Order: sequence, then C-alpha cells, then structure tokens
Amino acid sequence: MIHSLFLINASGDIFLEKHWKSVVSRSVCDYFFEALERATEPENVPPVIPTPHHFLINVLRHRIYFVAVIQSEVPPLFVIEFLHRVVDTFQDYFGVCTEAAIKDNVVVVYELLEEMLDNGFPLATESNILKELIKPPTILRTVVNTITGSTNVGEQLPTGQLSVVPWRRTGVKYTNNEAYFDVVEEIDAIIDKSGSTITAEIQGVVDACVKLTGMPDLTLSFMNPRLLDDVSFHPCVRFKRWEAERILSFIPPDGNFRLLSYHVSSQNLVAIPVYVKHNISFREGSSQGRFELTLGPKQTMGKAVESVLVSSQLPRGVLNANLNPSQGTYTFDPVTKLLSWDVGKINPQKLPSLKGSMSLQTGASKPDENPTINIQFKIQQLAISGLKVNRLDMYGEKYKPFKGIKYMTKAGKFQVRT
Amino acid sequence: MLGMSANSVSYNEQGSVESGVDAAQENSSIPASISSGGAASSLFSADYKKNEDLKEMLESNKESLKLEAMKRIVGLIAKGKNASELFPAVVKNVASKNIELKKLVYVYLVRYAEEQQDLALLSISTFQRALKDPNQLIRASALRVLSSIRVPIIVPIMMLAIKEAATDLSPYVRKTAAHAIQKLFSLDPDQKEHLIEVIEKLLKDKSTLVAGSVVMAFEEVCPDRIDLIHKNYRKLCNLLVDVEEWGQVVIIHMLTRYARTQFVSPWREDAVFDENSEKAFYDSEEERRVDQSKPYIMDPDHRLLLRNTKPLLQSRNTAVVMAVSQLYWHLSPKHELSIITKSLVRLLRSHREVQYIVLQNIATMSIQRKGMFEPFMKSFYVRSTDATHIKTLKLEILTNLANEANISTILREFQTYVKSQDKAFAAATIQAIGCCATNISEVTDTCLNGLVLLLSNRDETVVAESVVVIKKLLQTQPSQHSDIIKHMAKLFDNITVPMARASILWLMGEYCEHVPKIAPDVLRKMAKTFTDEEDIVKLQIVNLAAKLYLTNSKQTKLLTQYILNLGKYDQNYDIRDRTRFIRQLIVPNEKSGALSKYARRILMAPKPAPVLQSAFKDRDRFQLGTLSHTLNSQASGYLELSDWPAVAPDQSVRNVEVVEPVKEAGAPALSKSKPAKSNEKFYSDSEEEEGEEEEGSNSEDSSSSSSEESVRESESEENSNDSNKSSSSQSEKSSSESDSEKKKKTLKNKKLQQQKPDSKDRKQKNGNAVKVESRSESESGSESSSSESSSESRSELDSDSDSGTDQKKNTKPKPVQSKPVIKVEKKEVSLLDLDDFSPAPVTTPKSSILSPNLLSDLQGLLISPTASALQASSPVFVPETSHELLHRMTGKGLSAQYRFTRQPCIYGNSMVSLQLTLSNRTDQALENIHISEKSSTGQNIHRFNAIERLEPQASVTVSMGVDFNDSTQTANFQLCTKEDEFSVSIQPAVGELLLPITMSEADFTKEQGKLVGMNESSATITITPENVSSQSVNRKVVSVANLGVIPSGQENIYRFAGKTVSSGSLVLVSVALKDPDAMITINTEKTVMGSMLLRQVKTALTNSGP
Repeated sequence: MIHSLFLINASGDIFLEKHWKSVVSRSVCDYFFEALERATEPENVPPVIPTPHHFLINVLRHRIYFVAVIQSEVPPLFVIEFLHRVVDTFQDYFGVCTEAAIKDNVVVVYELLEEMLDNGFPLATESNILKELIKPPTILRTVVNTITGSTNVGEQLPTGQLSVVPWRRTGVKYTNNEAYFDVVEEIDAIIDKSGSTITAEIQGVVDACVKLTGMPDLTLSFMNPRLLDDVSFHPCVRFKRWEAERILSFIPPDGNFRLLSYHVSSQNLVAIPVYVKHNISFREGSSQGRFELTLGPKQTMGKAVESVLVSSQLPRGVLNANLNPSQGTYTFDPVTKLLSWDVGKINPQKLPSLKGSMSLQTGASKPDENPTINIQFKIQQLAISGLKVNRLDMYGEKYKPFKGIKYMTKAGKFQVRT
Repeated sequence: MLGMSANSVSYNEQGSVESGVDAAQENSSIPASISSGGAASSLFSADYKKNEDLKEMLESNKESLKLEAMKRIVGLIAKGKNASELFPAVVKNVASKNIELKKLVYVYLVRYAEEQQDLALLSISTFQRALKDPNQLIRASALRVLSSIRVPIIVPIMMLAIKEAATDLSPYVRKTAAHAIQKLFSLDPDQKEHLIEVIEKLLKDKSTLVAGSVVMAFEEVCPDRIDLIHKNYRKLCNLLVDVEEWGQVVIIHMLTRYARTQFVSPWREDAVFDENSEKAFYDSEEERRVDQSKPYIMDPDHRLLLRNTKPLLQSRNTAVVMAVSQLYWHLSPKHELSIITKSLVRLLRSHREVQYIVLQNIATMSIQRKGMFEPFMKSFYVRSTDATHIKTLKLEILTNLANEANISTILREFQTYVKSQDKAFAAATIQAIGCCATNISEVTDTCLNGLVLLLSNRDETVVAESVVVIKKLLQTQPSQHSDIIKHMAKLFDNITVPMARASILWLMGEYCEHVPKIAPDVLRKMAKTFTDEEDIVKLQIVNLAAKLYLTNSKQTKLLTQYILNLGKYDQNYDIRDRTRFIRQLIVPNEKSGALSKYARRILMAPKPAPVLQSAFKDRDRFQLGTLSHTLNSQASGYLELSDWPAVAPDQSVRNVEVVEPVKEAGAPALSKSKPAKSNEKFYSDSEEEEGEEEEGSNSEDSSSSSSEESVRESESEENSNDSNKSSSSQSEKSSSESDSEKKKKTLKNKKLQQQKPDSKDRKQKNGNAVKVESRSESESGSESSSSESSSESRSELDSDSDSGTDQKKNTKPKPVQSKPVIKVEKKEVSLLDLDDFSPAPVTTPKSSILSPNLLSDLQGLLISPTASALQASSPVFVPETSHELLHRMTGKGLSAQYRFTRQPCIYGNSMVSLQLTLSNRTDQALENIHISEKSSTGQNIHRFNAIERLEPQASVTVSMGVDFNDSTQTANFQLCTKEDEFSVSIQPAVGELLLPITMSEADFTKEQGKLVGMNESSATITITPENVSSQSVNRKVVSVANLGVIPSGQENIYRFAGKTVSSGSLVLVSVALKDPDAMITINTEKTVMGSMLLRQVKTALTNSGP
C-alpha cells in the first residue's frame, strides 16, 4: 500500500525519507514541488497528485508536508488517515511535531515508522502499544541512557497487541490513580452582516487523561445523552452498551486519548456567546477607510468570555491600518494584509472596541468586498450545548481513583461576514 | 566472506545457494553490481574515509559504541545518504543480544539487502534460527525481516517459512505470514499458485488479528478468486467489528466487490417504489429489471453484511466510515442509504485532506440523490478560511443540491461568495449560478438579472465570467432577452477581458436581428480598435461583421469590407485565414462557388445550447472511496465493481457446516437440564428407532416451547382438560420411554400441554401472528418460521416430522449416536431456514464429506472469541414468583404483576422475555390497556398488543420483551388504559439477564481459562450444611440465575454456564466445595454483572431453607 514516505519542510527540502518496499527515488517529489509552486497558498496543494508511475498523497501538518508514495489503487482516506496518525504519534512522543524535533529524534522516528507499517500495511498504530515497543524520549531518560548505555527500545516484547484490549498496555501502575475528562465543545458558525446566524452547529469531544493502575473498567454516563446526535468512539467503547443504554462503558487506554467526539443535534438552537458590531467602510475616491469593531457577550450563561482573538484578512488595496484598541493589542501585517487583535477577556461593563482608519492605495478603486472576521474565544466551565456528565464509575479494581471533569466551550470556525 | 562460508553450512542445499549467488551477481540486478562496485572503489575515496570511524565503531567490542554507530547510520539513511558500503560491518551485528541494536540492524538490512544480495545472505541463518524460537514475537519479527529482504535467491526459504508460519499456533505469527505473502508475491509472481494455497488456509483463520492482513494479501495476489471467499463470507462479516481498523477498510472493500457478484440487486423493488422522485436516476436501472413479477427478497447474507457494517459508521477512523459509506452506496436498498449521510457530514469536521476526499464522494452521491444531503445543506456553506479546492467542491455540492425549494437560500449564499476576495472562487460561483439557472427554469430570469448586475462589478474576472455564463444562458432562450444584450453592449467599452469581449461580440452577431440598431454601432467601434484587440476578439469581430453583412448589408457593407481588409494583413495567420474564408463565403463574386448561396444558412444556423453539467457527472463509474474515483481516471490495480447479476448464484456455497460439531459439544449439557442421574438410564436403551421417535417428540417439544410466547399459567388446571391429542400422546410416549423420568421432566411436559391450547386460544383471540423464535441469527429464518407457526398446529407437526426424517439423513455420516436430543432441536431451526431459502439445504452431498472440514471448523470455533459455539438450552428451573409491577391502589383498580419466564424471547434475540398478568379489580371494564409508545429510558421494549377490554374482576396474561442490554438498570415505561397512564418500572435481577447454555466440561474449563484476570471474580463462603448436597447446590444456583448445569466429573465442583441475553457474553459459574467452605468463581467479560451475580449466588448458598 504505502510505498515510501517523504517529509518536506516549508522551504521545500526533503529532510527525511523512509521506504517500506523497494527504494523510490526522491525525484518523484518533483511532481509535488510542481504542484506546490502552482498553489497560491500552502494549503491549496491538492492532497492527491498523480504522477506517471506513482501517486503522491500528502497531508500538511505543522508546516511539514508528509508525502506518501503509492503505486496502485488504495482508498485515499486510508493513507490520509494513516499519515495523520503518524503526525499524532510524533506529537505524542516529542511534544511537538516540528522539523527540529524530528531531526533530533531521527532514530526514534525511524523505529516508530518501522513498527507502524509492514510492507506498507499498518501494523501497530495504537499509541499504547508503540510506547511499549519504543519508549518516548525524555530528558531524564536521555541522561540515564548516555551514562548507563541502556536504550529506548523496550526490553520486554509487547503483549498488548495480542490481548483482547489491544489499546491498553499491561502492567500499568500508578501511585496516584486519576481519571480526568475534558468536555470541549466548539461552535462553528457563520454570522451574516446583520448579525443573524446563517449556520451554527456544535461539535464536541470528550478527551480523557486516565492514569489508573491495572485494568479498570469505566462507565461514564451523561445527564442528557439525547443531545448527542452523531457520535464516533475510540475503539475501546462498547458500542452495544451505548446503543441500548446511552452509557459509555470502556476499558481505557493508558494516558491521553479521545474517548468520543460528537455532534449536537441540529434541532437544538445554538447559543451564540458573542456578538460583533462592525462598521468597515471605504469611500469612493478617498484613500481612507473607516474601521470600527466592538465585541460584546451574549448568551454566555454568566460565564466570562476569555482569550478572545479577532483576525481578519483585509482587502488587498489596504496599505496600512491606524487603529486604536480599547484593550489588548493589535497587529497588522502590510504584506499579508492580516489584521489580528488579541482582545483577552471581554468585560461586559466596558466592551472592547477597535477603532481607527485604514489607508488605501491611492488611485485604487474601492474594494468591493468587506473582509470576513474570524473570532476565537474560550469559555471555561461551560459546555454550550448543556451536556453534563452524570457520573463516572470504575469497576474491576479496588482502589478509589481521583476523578475530575472539566467543561470548556471554544469557537471553532466562527466567522462574521461584514 | 569468512562469515559467508560459515553461514552457508546451515543451508541444506549448499551448492545451489552458492551457484545462486553467482547467478545473482552475473545477471540479476545490475544496480546491485554497480553499487557493490561503487563500494569497492569508494575504499579509496573521501566518502569512505568519512564512514571509516563508523566502521571502527561497529567493529569495536562495546555495545554502546556499536549502537551509537548504528544510530548515526540510520540518520544517514533517513537523510537519503548512501551508507551501503558499511554493509559487511553492519550485518555482523544481526545476531546481537541488544534489542535496539538488532532492530536498527534490521532497518539497515531491509534498506540495503536488495543492493548487496550476496552479503545479505550472511544474515539468513540467524533468521532461520529465530523462526524456531519459542517466543512468538521473535518468530514474527524474524519472518518480517526475512520476507522484507528482497533477494530472489531466498524465495524457496521464504516460501517454506511462510507455509510454516501460516500454521503457527500464534495468531500474531500468522498475521505476519499474511503480510509476507504479499512481499513474496511482489518478489516472485511465479509463486502465485503456492501462495494462493496459503491464502486459502489463512482465510479460514478465525482470529481477528489475521483477517485484515490475509484479505489484503488476497486482494493483492488473487482478487479474482472470489470462490475462496464463499465459505468465509459469514465468518468475515461476523468478525468485522473486532478486526483492527485498517483491516476493516480492506475487508469492507473486498466484501463490497464480493456482494456485487453474489446477490441480486436490491434496487429493483425500490425503483418501482420511488420512481417519481428519482426518475432520472432510475432510468438507468430500468434495463436491469429483468423480471418484475418476482418480488425481491434480500438474501440473508446480503442483509448480514449490511447489518454488521452499520456500527462501523461510528468509527473514529475516517477511512472506515468512508468504506462503510461506499458499501451502503453500492449495496444497500436505496431507502436505507440515508443512515450514512450523518456520518459523512461528520467527517467534514476532520482535517483538510479528509474533507477533500469526502466532499468529492459527496459530490458524486449528490448528483444521483439530492435528498440525502439536502437537510445538511448548511454544512456545505463555504468559509473564507477554506482551501480553494475545498471551496470549489462545496460549491459543486451546493449546485447539485439546489432545487425549487431551496434555490433562493442557495442563491443568497452565492451572492456573498461572488464578493469573495478569492477571485478564482468568485468566478467558480458564477459558473455555479449559471448551472442553477439552467437546471431550475423558475430562477433562470432571476439568475440572469443577477448576472447582469455583476457585469458592473469592478473585478474583471467576475465580469468576464458573468459574460461567459450569460452567453451560455441566453443561448438557451434568446428571444426575450434583447434588453440584456443591449445592456451588455453598453458595458462593452468597460470590459477588457478578451474572453468576455469575444463572448459579447459573439452574442451580438448571433442575435443581431434582435438588436438591429446597436449591432452595427458596435461593429463601427470595433473597426476602430481592431488592431489593438486580442486574437480571439479579432476572430469574433470578423464573425460579427460577416453576420451583419448577411442580415443588414445596407448599413454595414463598407464596415465589413474595411474589417476584412484589416484582417487580411493581420500578423496572426489564423485571422488571415479566417478573413479569407469569410470573404469568399459572403461576398458574392463569380469565383465563389455553391457555398456562398448557403452562407446565411451556414453562419446563422441555430446552435445547440451548451449543456452546463457537473464535473462529477461521470465519476460514478468508479467505486466510491477509491483512488480512481478521486482522480477520475483508472489507477493501476483498480478492481472494477461488477454489475449485479440478473440471477443470484447459488447461495448454498456460503453454507458452512459449523453447527454440527457444536451440537456434539453441547449435547451432554442439555441432558443436564434434567437431573443428572436420569442421564444414563435414559440413553442406555437408545435403539435407533427409539432414538428417532425421541427426536420427533423432542423436536416437537422444542418447537412448541420456542414457538410459545412462553406463557405459563402458574397452576391453572382448567386448561389441561382440553389438551389435544398430539401432546397427550407425546407425554405418553415420553413417559413410556423413560420410567425413571424425574418430576421435573413430567412437570415440564405438563406445562407444555397446558401451553399448547392456551397459545392456540390466544392466537384465535388476538388474531396476530405469533413468531417462532429462531435461534439462528438470520432474520429471514425467523420470518419464514413465523409464517409456519401462524398456521395451525397441524402444520407444525408436519414440519416436525419432516425435520425428523431430514435429521436422520444428516446424522448418518456422523459416528456419534448418543444424545440425538439436542441435535434435533438445533436442526429444526436450521431446517426451517434452509428449506425456504436455499435451493440446496443441508442434504447436499457436502454434508457427507464434512469430517475433515468439520474438525478444523471445530478447532476454529474454539479459538474464536465469539460465543457462537455455545449451545443454548432450555432453562433448568423457572421460578414461579411474581413481582408487583402496579399495585391496584396506585393503578386505580388495575393491578399488574410480572414474572421472568426464562425463555428465549421471541421478539428479539437480545430481549428478556417477561410475562405480565393484568387484573381488573374495579367494577367497570377497563379499555385499551397498552404500553405507551414512548419509553422513557433507552431500553428497547417490545410491547404487548393492546388489550381492548378487560372485564371487571377478570385478569389476562400477556408477554412482552425488554432488552435490558445486560444491565440491571430498571426499565421504565407507561402502562396506559383508556383514561389513565401509570409509570411503572421493572428491575431485573442479574440472574434473569442470562440464558442457559450447555457445553462439555472440557470446553468449560477452556473458556474459563480465557476469562481470567479482571474477568474473574470469586469469593469463599461458609456453606450451610443442608446446602452441601449436589442437588441443593444446583437448585440454589439455578434459582437465582438462569444458568445451564454442566456435567461435572469431579465430586465437589459444580459448574454452570450461561450467556448474557443482549450481548451473548459467556458467564461461567463454578462452585467448589471444600467442607465447610465453598469457593464461588464467576468468569465473564461483563465484570459488573459478574460481581453482582457473585453476590447473589453467595447469599443463595449461605441462606438455609428450601
């Protein structure tokens, strides 16, 4: 299936290659570079590029292109999903997935890639199994290794792969047993000029960090599971139980994992937590434009809206912006025409605003489109859909674990058209 | 080279290997010899010096130095630098004790072995040794590396290793063998036949670990050998959920292909059904409808596939979701297709690349079935942050989804897109508007007006695109749009994009008769600027001039001649050419031939309007979700999806005789349902005849017990009076057979007698069909049996006698003559299946040669994690106690009691069957007693049919089924009468959520061995003296839990087995008596249930009393 993998950085250098079958010359990447050149933006490179003898399937993450070389028919999503899984694994191992991190840990990377694919077919992609095979590098371990000459490779052969719960490693031990769950909801919305909602939906995930000894069997139930319209699970979740009782029952993997992602049914009206008042105008014949933006909270269930960040791609004709924020800081990049305003927390008593003027290219005609405003924000301690975890129970082990649930609402793709 | 000779001693055919090496060096792989030559020459180059230190490190004695060197070498490989000259130094470390070092050497070896074939052979013996290692993981990794070394000489060794590994006890090693098959096949395609044998063997494997990999090998090596799949089809379907996600994708794609060759189209019936709504689409299907007359019944195997893939739509792996979606698209009846929509839309939240692929597939789907995605239209709204290719795909889909109802919303959305800063996207939007306008005639005018407005847009690309689209639109209905053409003529001066100018000129010329005043004026202007125009514009000017000359020669004659003269001396030869041609055509002179007479007809001929259609129109020729579909061109290795066969091939090819051995295993167990002592006597005089009779009567009794709605009037004697002949004769028979029958048995028969008339009465009363519970999983089976049972009991008897004779044939080949009892029970069910659905039932000659297969099947089944090998049996003990559901005080005179009948529920395999007794304690009749439609908890409840009228002081017994889903959570529902609603709840005891099963003692211990660790819970109790006897232990345990008793060879150990009703998980209970203590052990996957059950068994055994 997957023949080879090339990692290419933003400046177009191939900095890592790995082959699972016969070696494919790196000149095959020339076709990729051609496509890269044609694309105006890095994201615009088509994910599937046909070449005379191969097909290149690439994903772009962390400004690195992961280019897989395919020789024959294969479901493209199979490859794409796998490549993303590779990136997730790197991130899991090295904390970040950057060119530097990969180059520093090239041996671990190679060992991982070797285990993840056999003859181009995925072999072990579960992070728990991989971690049994190859220990993630830590500073302490690096020091110890250099002194004692011990290795990163697990001395014991992994057993997880052979068990009925392949996602969990065996023999887990903790002194503090804890299980934390984060319910994170994102609001995707498009708001039109007049402030009315064109489309809004809530997508949520339940991320877990479970550090429990032994083989715990957990059940997690919601107060209002009917809110969840469409769900997808980590393989550990017992699907039948969910179907019948709407209870999540599972033996968790060790460490961090995404338990569930869900979509809140579209019948429910979505509460929009912020509103934007805007007045962006360009006058015909003048080289000046007016820019006014005010943010305010709306339907936040009494919680503060934090980490607000407003960004907008101003029209190409704008030369510079001279603005005055009532709070926070703003930057304007005259090359990319990207305006971003780091607002921070919204104070309902004193609404943050950004006002001022834009200077336009002289002689240029008035831009006929007003820019779209993208907003990011966070609301702690609130799941905007109203989803609530009812209880978490553990079976199969004797100790009392420490349990915690955190809620958060974030802006997903939240756009205001002006 | 020293190492080489030392190593090659281990080969069996030393000579041949040696010569093979020579051969390899001489003729095979030129790059190899070049590179080894390169390595030799590099001995003296700078490159060599650079790696000299590495070589030294590798040759040192210190592990850490070697490791360091290997790490640096891997770094070189990763960067794509050549490190092949280090091969001899590296390969020496292949047998290192250090695991990391060894792994890195493997990495190196796999990378360079192809180039250094002779040296690579040095390592082979190490792997051969490792292949025999007791540790399965070492065996697997040795096979992995051995098969990854692409050296043709070792093909026979690889073949041998694969064959051996394919029969390895460890499923992990077998998985590796499946991977190795593909590697060997790509190395030496001549081995195909041998490899197919291995694939065939591995396809039979019951392990979920192997399934994905072997199907992958199958797809690569012999995708056309569909016959290998038949016998494994059902197994693959059933294993699918437990296979790892990557394997799922491969299996689903393979099964899609398989199903298209084996089943008839499920679309035919639907086609008639909703032809009105989807006319265009089904037209293509029309021709395939060969015979309309026969109603379509879906093959149960087809249904099985659809049912077992459905839960995978919830997978986190986008490739799996896509695979299931395409399977439904290509295989499911059209009305079931909608379930994939939500999942596909969910994938749109994923990464950009995933979106791209999913949107492409949705685009293809949305052309054929708008309705599927219309409710999710807003999910396809474009965001300014989307990548361009995502934007255009979304646009495509929105265009496809547009219809009369939503077009205004879509157009409003398009308006914002037109203003986008991304001009390429804006242009694409205009095209999309054009498409909508042609597809939906109601909005054509609106769109045209909108597009005309866009003509005054400041951006040229937008204007140009608008002109082009307007041109296309006008062509479809030119007459009424002269004002638009006038408007465009006015704008002409401001438009600079050549394509747009050319389009306007063309329009002028084409419809010059509609704008007789303006057209000549435009031509006049063009004559002035002719020389400055772009080539395509010039061509259109010539064109316009010619057309005007023909229609309005008075005004334009001179202008035309002027333009033709300009064109004559143009730099571009195309234009000179065209000018010359036009002149000859239109200007009459003596030389011009016949053509000029037709000039008007040639130039002014009505032109067909262009068809604006989706770019995804023709993509449906490819299977969705494939690379070929994405590229819209066939990729190598693409396997065509065949059309549905007109007539389904023989279905019986998929029949696997798995039930047979199971029965043997299960046999002793059911007899246990009667007290164990009677066992020997009962069977001791089993002559064949007698056995046969026994079969008959037992099948009778099993069928009746299963066809019953499990109604058991507690002690009502009145019914037994009118017990019909057959059952009384049956009871005579059974009593004559076994004198030593215990009370229970007779009691059971008595009950059966009671049930019979009872059920008949009710059948007549309610007039509703009573379904026969079929224990086999197939749906159609139960359908057929329901028809069977809704007829009178007479026919039931017939079918039973049939089954008896059939059974005889079937049992013949088997050496087992003891315990025919259970065989019949199972057989009866499967016969019903097969009689109706497969032309060749079990009586095909196949059954006579089953013994070898049978054994392997048996083995497989025992390994298999699914509990399919377990035989259900009838309950040992049915408690009589009823529980209060509704007190008459709270129920305003209506009282209800429920009781667990411990019978398999006839309404659904995962339901617990309950018997409800409703009594009217008031003095008026209660009307319309029923369970409210909305159940407040998640449980699936099968309601009883509403009772129309319940007279005062009367009571009625009904049965219902509740799917508790293996939890003791209460089932809440509303019990309603005509006037009132009462909330009631049923709290099941954990023991009632089980169904008894039987198995041999050996199987029991085997299963128990698998369910250890967290799946085991145990407790030690002090048992009360009166409980020590075997009978009392048995009784106590089965009274709290619906378990089957397992015959035990040991004195003091009692074993019980059951499975949970919903999920069918195994529950094993064993009680070991060690005076005065007893150790209770419960093994089950359902740990929660296990611990609850343990508590109950504990209390039961510690309490004294009856």
